[in-house]
Amino acid sequence: MNVIKSLTQNKVAMVGFGILFMFVVIALFGPYLYDGSPWRMVQRPFLPPFQNSNYILGTDTLGRDVLAGLIYGARISLLVGLVSTTIALLIGIPLGAYAGYYGGWVDELLMRFTEIFQTVPSFALAVVLVAIFEPSVYSITGAIAIVSWPPVARLVRGEFLSLRGQEYVLAAKLNGQSNRNIIMREILPNSLSPIIVLASLMVASAILLESSLSFLGLGDPEIMSWGYMIGAAKTVIRQAWWLSFIPGVAIAITVLSLNLLGEGLNEALNPKLSGNRES
Amino acid sequence: MKKIILGAVIACLPFTSSIYAQSQPQDGGTINVVVQPEPPSLMIGMYSNATTQQVGGNIFEGLMRYDKDLNPHPLLATAWENSEDGKTWTFHLKEGVLWHDGQPFTSADVVFSIDKLLRETNARLRGSLAFVDSITAPDDYTVVFQLKQPFGPFIRLFEVGTTPMLPKHIYEGTDYKLNPANHHPIGTGPFVFKEWKKGSFIHLAKNENYHVKGLPHIDELYWHVIPDAASRSVAFETGKIDVLPGGSVENFDVPRLTELDNTCVTTDGWEFFSPHAWLWLNNRQGPTADKRFRQAVMYAMDREFAKSVLWNDYGKIAKGPIGSKTTFFDKALPDYEYNPEKAKALLKEMSYDGTPVRLMAMPYGETWQRWTEVIKQNLEEVGIKTQIVSTDVAGWNQKIADWDYDISFTYLYQYGDPALGVSRTYLSSNIAKGSPWNNAEGYVNKQVDEWFNEAAVAFPDSKRADLYSKIQHQIVEDVPVAWLMELEFPTIYNCKVQNLVDSAIGVNDAFGTAWIKQ
Repeated sequence: MNVIKSLTQNKVAMVGFGILFMFVVIALFGPYLYDGSPWRMVQRPFLPPFQNSNYILGTDTLGRDVLAGLIYGARISLLVGLVSTTIALLIGIPLGAYAGYYGGWVDELLMRFTEIFQTVPSFALAVVLVAIFEPSVYSITGAIAIVSWPPVARLVRGEFLSLRGQEYVLAAKLNGQSNRNIIMREILPNSLSPIIVLASLMVASAILLESSLSFLGLGDPEIMSWGYMIGAAKTVIRQAWWLSFIPGVAIAITVLSLNLLGEGLNEALNPKLSGNRES
Repeated sequence: MKKIILGAVIACLPFTSSIYAQSQPQDGGTINVVVQPEPPSLMIGMYSNATTQQVGGNIFEGLMRYDKDLNPHPLLATAWENSEDGKTWTFHLKEGVLWHDGQPFTSADVVFSIDKLLRETNARLRGSLAFVDSITAPDDYTVVFQLKQPFGPFIRLFEVGTTPMLPKHIYEGTDYKLNPANHHPIGTGPFVFKEWKKGSFIHLAKNENYHVKGLPHIDELYWHVIPDAASRSVAFETGKIDVLPGGSVENFDVPRLTELDNTCVTTDGWEFFSPHAWLWLNNRQGPTADKRFRQAVMYAMDREFAKSVLWNDYGKIAKGPIGSKTTFFDKALPDYEYNPEKAKALLKEMSYDGTPVRLMAMPYGETWQRWTEVIKQNLEEVGIKTQIVSTDVAGWNQKIADWDYDISFTYLYQYGDPALGVSRTYLSSNIAKGSPWNNAEGYVNKQVDEWFNEAAVAFPDSKRADLYSKIQHQIVEDVPVAWLMELEFPTIYNCKVQNLVDSAIGVNDAFGTAWIKQ
């Protein structure tokens, strides 16, 4: 409970948490409160913001409601961010854990495998994967997960390497506990804090990746997303800058709030840092 | 044998009369034009790329030029006659025309170009030459075409892009594709080739020995290669570029550019091609196999909206298979107006069960992407479940050619005559897997087939018009494809350039008569 206490005392982290919470609420309930498809052409195109009270943020190049786009976009951004991070953790944690715990040739093999993915620029790999499997929300989530698990594996491996020689681990071994038990019950819980911090930052970078893919026209054509909105508006930036600006701000705020929260988590979970803060 | 004199009558009216009506043209000056994309070659007889035609059309010439109503006017041929049975065409050539290397142009060049070289290298012309029995040259300045049967479109075959005149003394007996002259083209046109700096510019200069007295007015012509669309717009804004040929800047930039000072814009010069856009509807399978569904698609589309929002009001709503600017368009065709209620009623009548249809986007850039989204929205609003499928150019070609689609986009040229550019999409004999440019929708109507085949060879034109009328009414009823728009690509240019577009192929042969107001 110490963690939550120190987190709630961290104002910056709470700002991040607050903004993020707002986006989650919008993503979950917005589409029910604000009906109408974001693809519907409702008004004349290029309606500037704050001119028509029905469409507060105006309309895009085809006369679609920008606010509806933002609300539905929040949903896809957060969904892709969370799901792809979860998948990346599910791949990265076991790989890193085995490599770190067993060491030797298992470590060599798994780390060389990880390096294959690390050496390819992650965005380029994501573009190729999405292009091969045709853009859809599944291929995009999958591609982001595939390019973002290697750092997790490396981090977990490092933690396991440093923890596996600890007395309590040796004690558990002498106790006759199975390797699996030691990994799951002894070491993993003790290495969770850096993973949680990393995960919060990964959600942020996954949102950025998804937006970049949509910006390049590799988004799911069925789904309105922030990156798509910017991509579709980039060509008219001289006539209607706000069409790129509004979703851009949405992305920036979301990513920033995740970073603030991650920073706060890091301070709260890392005893050394939180100690510093109090002294 | 009584002969119908066509060319001689028209020859009395100077083709360039319009310019004299304005002010006296001035000689001199340089025009900078954008060429996008960079052509693979300037050898117009072997490469049919749009930009090869754009540049090459100023170096080479055809026997005729066509005005905006597609009437032929003399160029290398001064007059022509058709025999009463419609089967013999006699062309009289202009005397004293020189190739850029100084050799005289004669009937031997015409016979060689059409009968030998182009027959081998130009597939589209080869199809039409199937109607020609023999091409002979009784003397140096006369060429006679003997047809197997009357062929209405024959008179529209002599535009420079389809049938350029090529020098026999350079090409005879060589491997046409490897001839060094391909890199240094030699034609009879108003401009001679000077230099081509790949990736940068193509430089043409005034032909001092041009066969039309007083032309060309311009001294130098530079075609600039600027691969990025935004940079092309900027180059025009800064005055580096004088002419942006149609389609060389994105649609959304057009309103901004046309509002600049001293900027002129014209949509003329596409009459010969009249690009016609439609949605492929797969007639073989799924909901699109039902005629009522296809009609519902026509009623569901808000084409006026697409025209004003996506095309800045350039273009025309297409009524049917034949473009309204080409010959044989039937003005009396019924309209498919925007009527979602009618679409819903048709879907109900066929008891459409909500089977989703795939809508494949055409990867030709921004406008087409947005258009896909508009169509999807239109279809969904009448209750048609639509999934957008995105793909790249190769994948799109492949999927259309393999008939692996429900609905997709395309636009094709009409080439001035239904027998040249329209029938290919609807003839059932033109159904063959492997090409995205034939009857890829799989439309089969034996009656329409018969009419099309009859119309191609009917004589005289009034008979053809009757047949094409019947065809249009039948096809518009059947809706084998959903017609979208007759596209118009505005040519944007600096107003100092005068008399830029004065033929049916626009900038493709524009600069011989253009001039600069000093």
